[in-house]
Amino acid sequence: MATDITFEQVNYWYQAGTPFAVHALKDINLKIKPGSFTAVIGQTGSGKSTLIQHFNALLKPTSGTVTIGDRVITNATKNKHLKPLRKKVGMVFQFPENQLFEETVIKDIAFGPQNFGVSEADAQALAKRMAGEVGLDESLLSRSPFDLSGGQMRRVAIAGVLALEPEVLVLDEPTAGLDPRGRSEIMQLVTRLREEQGLTIVLITHQMDDVANYADHVIVMGHGKLLKQGSPRAIFSDPAWLEDHELGLPSATKLAYELQQGGFHFDQMPLKIAELADQIVPQLPKGAITHE
Amino acid sequence: MNKVMFGRFIPGHSWVHRMDPRAKLVLSFLYIAVVFFANDFWTYLIMTLLLLASVVASAIPLGVYIRGLLPLFWLMIFTVLIQVFFGVGGHVYWQWGWLVVSQDGLNSAGLILMRFVLIILVSTILTFTTEPLEIADGIESLLSPLKKLHFPVATLALMLSLALRFVPTLMDEAEKIMNAQRSRGVDFGEGGLRQRVRTIVPILIPLFVNAFNRAIEISTAMEARGYQDGENRTKYRQLKWHRVDTASLVIYVISLSAVIGLRYFS
Repeated sequence: MATDITFEQVNYWYQAGTPFAVHALKDINLKIKPGSFTAVIGQTGSGKSTLIQHFNALLKPTSGTVTIGDRVITNATKNKHLKPLRKKVGMVFQFPENQLFEETVIKDIAFGPQNFGVSEADAQALAKRMAGEVGLDESLLSRSPFDLSGGQMRRVAIAGVLALEPEVLVLDEPTAGLDPRGRSEIMQLVTRLREEQGLTIVLITHQMDDVANYADHVIVMGHGKLLKQGSPRAIFSDPAWLEDHELGLPSATKLAYELQQGGFHFDQMPLKIAELADQIVPQLPKGAITHE
Repeated sequence: MNKVMFGRFIPGHSWVHRMDPRAKLVLSFLYIAVVFFANDFWTYLIMTLLLLASVVASAIPLGVYIRGLLPLFWLMIFTVLIQVFFGVGGHVYWQWGWLVVSQDGLNSAGLILMRFVLIILVSTILTFTTEPLEIADGIESLLSPLKKLHFPVATLALMLSLALRFVPTLMDEAEKIMNAQRSRGVDFGEGGLRQRVRTIVPILIPLFVNAFNRAIEISTAMEARGYQDGENRTKYRQLKWHRVDTASLVIYVISLSAVIGLRYFS
């Protein structure tokens, strides 16, 4: 059974009706298709985090409707019986290592499934499997999560969400603060989950290279509005517009634009390093490439 | 979590906002002290009018203050009920076993409720119109005579400002952690007492761990910038006594003296 997420005319006000009221989401319409990889980009404070908190009904729209699978969430929806949604849509927040609390790594990963009624033994087995999935060594399972390195703690936290066996996985800047190797490992994990288990992925990121390399749909947020959505190719085809909204280009595309100034010709602007290389090679003067 | 209005600062440029934090602190304390002298209709009328005048001078709608009282609603009900049932004396209206509703009980309940509301509102005026760091500066300045007795006033003020500074940060963090645990299937505020207590653990432990880590980082950052305990340091914000402060002081002293005068000399 596939879970898709649809927003219709969604508005959200923080602290509605007080002097601190902030209009955080304005008339959002969007659809997350099952099995898709959606990247959400936008400046800090553009409403990205508010947006994703609607994906598992942590926030309810002030007006408009959010449909998650067969559940419709409006302002009038009661806070009870939302648990099934939380299992369907797994949420990895920014710096998720801040949510760890158990005595041992394995207990922390097993915490989620146990809240959904999975028996302790089954949850532990699930936790072991998920720990392997995120690349945690089995010897770490009986250690305290607070003794691990930052990167390892983040994997524990991600495993804790994966242990819910969600259909949709939402990640808010999962690679922030990690070293380059840690970053690429997390991104590879996310791609593998999508390919092998058919998870729907929603990723908030500031890394345009990640958008170019992994996403098939991009949502651009700015000042609480959905500014643009489309394929990465469509979004990155207008560098002037991106610059106006203080967003960048993937490094391959950026280099291609610079090469274009120097006389290179591109039929289609490349998004990935490999595409860039494929288009440059035929244009190089003969003998420029030497294999050693 | 965001709905807590009590103790928050609301920016503005009203009469009260422009006052010196020391003046506001002193006037609030005077007011709270004098509330306990009020004992009849006229003295309470003066106290209420003075409070309403201050609310108006703060340019914040009364409704916002009322909302600030709501979280304390149950505490107020509880206090009033205790007074109603356990204040004995005067005409008895109703009795059931050891529960008695008497005239004196009702009187003292009304009195307590009135005092409660007035004291909370006057402190709310202070916190709504004064930034936490200004309050800390004001307290430091008011306590500065204690320096002669080798009381560590500056250190105390630093602790106070650090504590105040991190209240909103910790609240944000608690909210984030709650959201993360909710996403992992925790139901807050459901089930019996045992169940509820158990759901606090996954919030408190990360919150404590993060608070300790942050405290260590802050002390490192302060030392890196040359902080040393007990040094005399200059202030970025200079406290200045203006005419609004003198004017407010005069109004308060006259009204509060009237209350004490009415109580003892009428």
